[in-house]
Amino acid sequence: MVEALSLNDVWAWLAEVPDPEIPAISLVDLGVIRSVRVENGTLIVTLTPTYSGCPATSVIQMEVERALTERGVPSFRIERQLAPPWTTDWISAEGREKLERYGIAPPRPAGGPSRCPLCHSDDVERVSQFGSTPCKAQWRCRTCLEPFDYFKCI
Amino acid sequence: MSEETFEFLCRMGDNTLVLGHRLSEWCGKAPVLEEDIALANIALDLIGQTQLWLGLAGEVEGKGRSADDLAMLRDVWDFRNLLLVEQPNGDFGHTLMRQCLFDHFHLTQLRALTESADQRISEIAQKSIKEVTYHAERSASTVIALGDGTAESHARMQSALTRLWPYVGEMFEPDAIDTAMAAAGTAPNPATLRAAFNAAIGPILTEATLTPPKNPFAHTGGKTGVRHTEHLGHMLTGMQWLQRAYPGAQW
Repeated sequence: MVEALSLNDVWAWLAEVPDPEIPAISLVDLGVIRSVRVENGTLIVTLTPTYSGCPATSVIQMEVERALTERGVPSFRIERQLAPPWTTDWISAEGREKLERYGIAPPRPAGGPSRCPLCHSDDVERVSQFGSTPCKAQWRCRTCLEPFDYFKCI
Repeated sequence: MSEETFEFLCRMGDNTLVLGHRLSEWCGKAPVLEEDIALANIALDLIGQTQLWLGLAGEVEGKGRSADDLAMLRDVWDFRNLLLVEQPNGDFGHTLMRQCLFDHFHLTQLRALTESADQRISEIAQKSIKEVTYHAERSASTVIALGDGTAESHARMQSALTRLWPYVGEMFEPDAIDTAMAAAGTAPNPATLRAAFNAAIGPILTEATLTPPKNPFAHTGGKTGVRHTEHLGHMLTGMQWLQRAYPGAQW
């Protein structure tokens, strides 16, 4: 029965689903799950895309469907919400720490990383405004000389 | 009204589709790896926005056509994009000049569309504007770096500006669709966007030491579909080939 579901449990399940391109963080950490609710016996999970053309968006939807199916949710629907548009402000504090530990500098309103995620030096420079995925830019550290990804702030 | 809204949405979606496809033509052969990745990422943003605009167009039209149907199964005379975005890539400087002119128009247009009386349009504009702000910053800084660069890069950027400037006027020329959209509060009359565009592009060109042609002549006919340049049909033969050869193909 969908009515018997605890919404806290649903959030906890979704917090275990990794982002398909950055598996170090979960979909909940990323802030793309906007709401979870029950309406007329159906569980409704609302997702918002990060970048409008990000190929991970459809994979994220499939992963959510799979997580809910595996938990035996009998009736659910996934809805897309565009507004308000996703912002990196919605990445959780925990998500930011996980990103840095994974080697990706977390987004900052100042427009660039505060330090190298590898050696923590603040002597860093931008290589390119774009990177390996729509959400990242390429930077490098002038101390340890390693290149690294920076999660763009939008 | 829904017919005019459909036309307007095709204009939005066809601009992002055609320019997105043009940029994707650079994939794997841009001058340096970082630029290759940047162009592919901008293409991806534009194609993503296309899905939103053409998806809504299909919904408004109400004949069951999806964004993919509209993108892949219309022929050249049904496209409603500006002539500027269908122009061939040329060299890298030419591609970046086209991008810079379009980005600053696009940004100005999206800012106005966030206030649209049609909530669905406002939501797509709010989503797109974040991505386009980033595109506009990048194309401006690259045009400045190349325009105010070496004698060779300056000459190429000036030649790109001279070649592309006659396609700028079409962006701001209103027709019956635009008037209907403006009256309904759905979209701005494009003529009202010119001042903001000039205020943005003027200082960029000055800093890039580039001079737009004085002649105010403007090519038109893209957004109305009356007269596309020959380049669009050639582009579509490549872009639409698979869906036409194997209709409904899935993998």
